[in-house]
Amino acid sequence: MSTSTSNVPHIGLRRVLGPAHVWALGVGIVLVGEFMGWNFTIDNGGPWAALVACFVSGLLYTCVAMIDSEVTSTVAAAGGQYTQAKHIVGPLMAFNVGLYLVLAYTMLEAADAIVVGDLMKSLAADFGGASPEQAEQLARPFVTLSILILALLNYRGVFMTLSVNIVITGFAFLAILLLLFHVGPWSGTQLLQHKVFFSNETLPYGWLGVLASLQFGMWYYLGIEGTCQSAEEVRSPGRAIPLGTMTGMLTLVIAAIITWYVCTGLIPWEYLGIAATPMYDAGKLTGNWSLQVLMWVGSAFAAMASANGCINDASRAWFSMGRDRYLPAWFGAVHPRYHTPYRAIVFLVPIACAFGLTGYTQIQGQIMLNQIVTFSILAGLLGYTFMPINMIRFRRMWPLGSIERGYVHPFHPIPTLTLAALCAITFVAVFLGYGRNLLAIMAFFIIISAWFVLHRYKYVRRGDQFTMNWPRPIGY
Amino acid sequence: MNFWEILSNGAWLLSALIALWMVADLLKVGKEFPEDYLTSSREGQE
Repeated sequence: MSTSTSNVPHIGLRRVLGPAHVWALGVGIVLVGEFMGWNFTIDNGGPWAALVACFVSGLLYTCVAMIDSEVTSTVAAAGGQYTQAKHIVGPLMAFNVGLYLVLAYTMLEAADAIVVGDLMKSLAADFGGASPEQAEQLARPFVTLSILILALLNYRGVFMTLSVNIVITGFAFLAILLLLFHVGPWSGTQLLQHKVFFSNETLPYGWLGVLASLQFGMWYYLGIEGTCQSAEEVRSPGRAIPLGTMTGMLTLVIAAIITWYVCTGLIPWEYLGIAATPMYDAGKLTGNWSLQVLMWVGSAFAAMASANGCINDASRAWFSMGRDRYLPAWFGAVHPRYHTPYRAIVFLVPIACAFGLTGYTQIQGQIMLNQIVTFSILAGLLGYTFMPINMIRFRRMWPLGSIERGYVHPFHPIPTLTLAALCAITFVAVFLGYGRNLLAIMAFFIIISAWFVLHRYKYVRRGDQFTMNWPRPIGY
Repeated sequence: MNFWEILSNGAWLLSALIALWMVADLLKVGKEFPEDYLTSSREGQE
C-alpha cells in the first residue's frame, strides 16, 4: 500500500520488469506466427508471395516498432496505444484504440489456444497411438485449460508471467534455429527442395495473389507493438521499451525468414497454404523423430507464450479503460497482493474461451482458425492505421526538445508515411479476401463509437484524462 | 473409460478448478478490501 501526496492509501501496478521481459512479451506474443498462420499467405498467393509479404510486413512493423518506441518511452503508462491516443488525439480515438487492442489480443489468444488444442490432437495421434476420434476429444478441453492456466499465471503476478515467457519464448526461437541447422544446405541431408523457384507455379495467382497475401503476412509480426502495454510495469521505460521492442523485431525478422525458407523447402505449397501447424509438419517431414518432438515442443511453447502475452496485454488495455471510466470503473481494480489488474484478467477469460471453442468448430472439415486470425489482424490493422496519425500529431504538438523523450526515432516522417501507405495497401488486400469481415468490423466500431459518445462519455472524469507532465501543446 | 477420455475429463476438471479459484479469490478480495482502495490506481502515480 502506498500513499499519494494527499496521504490517501492507493494501490497500483508495480515496476518490476526489465528489457528481457519486454523482449519476451513482444516476441512471445508474435513468435507463434512463425509456427502457424503465416502460411495462409501461400494459400492466397503462392510461395513467392509469402516471401514478399514477409519483407513488406517486416517493413511495416519496423515502422510500427520505431514509432511506438518513441511514443511509449514518453507516455509510460499501462494501456499502450490507448493511453497515447488519449493524450495525443482524444477520448473517442482512445476508446476505439483500446477496443482494437482488446479485440486483437483476445482473438489472437483464442487462435493460440486452438493451436494448443490441435497440437494435443497431434500428440495423441502421432506419439500416443490414439485413433482420430480419441485424439479429437482432447482438443476442446485443452483449448480451455491452456487459457485458464495462463490466466492464473497472469492473475498471480506480472514478473513470474513474463519470466516464464522469457524461458518458453527463448526455447521456441532456439527450436527454429535448430531446425535450420539440421536441414540447411550444410547438413548434407538434401531435404530442402526449393523446386518451386524454378516452376511455373511460382505465382499461381499472379501479382493479385501477392497483394492478397499481404493480409496474412502481418501474422509474422502481429503483436510486437504489445511491448508498450508493459510501460507502467518496467523499471526504466525510456530504456527497456525501445531496447526490448527493437531487439524483438530483429528476432522476428530472422525467425520469419528461416521459417519461410525451411517450410517452402520441405512442404508442397498446396498443402503448406492450408496447414494448421506448418512448422510441426516440417519437423515430421524430416523423418527425424527428435526434430519432430522439438517442433512439437517449439510450437506448443510458442502458442503458450503468445497466449500468455495476449492475456497480459488485453487485460492492461481493459484495465486502463476501466480506470479512466471509459468502461465501468469496476474493471480498474488492482489486486492488493499480486498487483495485477485481476478483474480485467478474469473478465476476458470466458470471452477468449468462447472464441477458442467456437473457432475450433469444424465447417466443411476445416477449423475456423483463419476467421479468428482474420479478425485479430483486422483489429491490429486498425490500430496500426491510428499510429501514423498519432505520430504526426505528437511531433507537431510537442516538437523535439519541448518534452523529454526516452527514444527519438530517426528519419521522421518517412516511417510514418511508409506505415500509412502499407496500411492502405493491406486494407485493400484484406478487402479482396475478407471483405465481409472488414465491413462487419467497421460497422461494429461505428456503432460502439456512437454508444461511447451518447452514453458512456458522461461518466468520464475529463479533468483526470491528461496525466503527463508536459507543457501546453503547440497550437493550444 | 480409456486413457484419452481420462485425460480429456482431467483437463476439463482442472480448468473448472482454476476458474473457481480465480472467481473465489476475486470475490474474497472484494469483501476484504474497500472498493475505493481497490480502484484507487491512477495513471501517472507510483
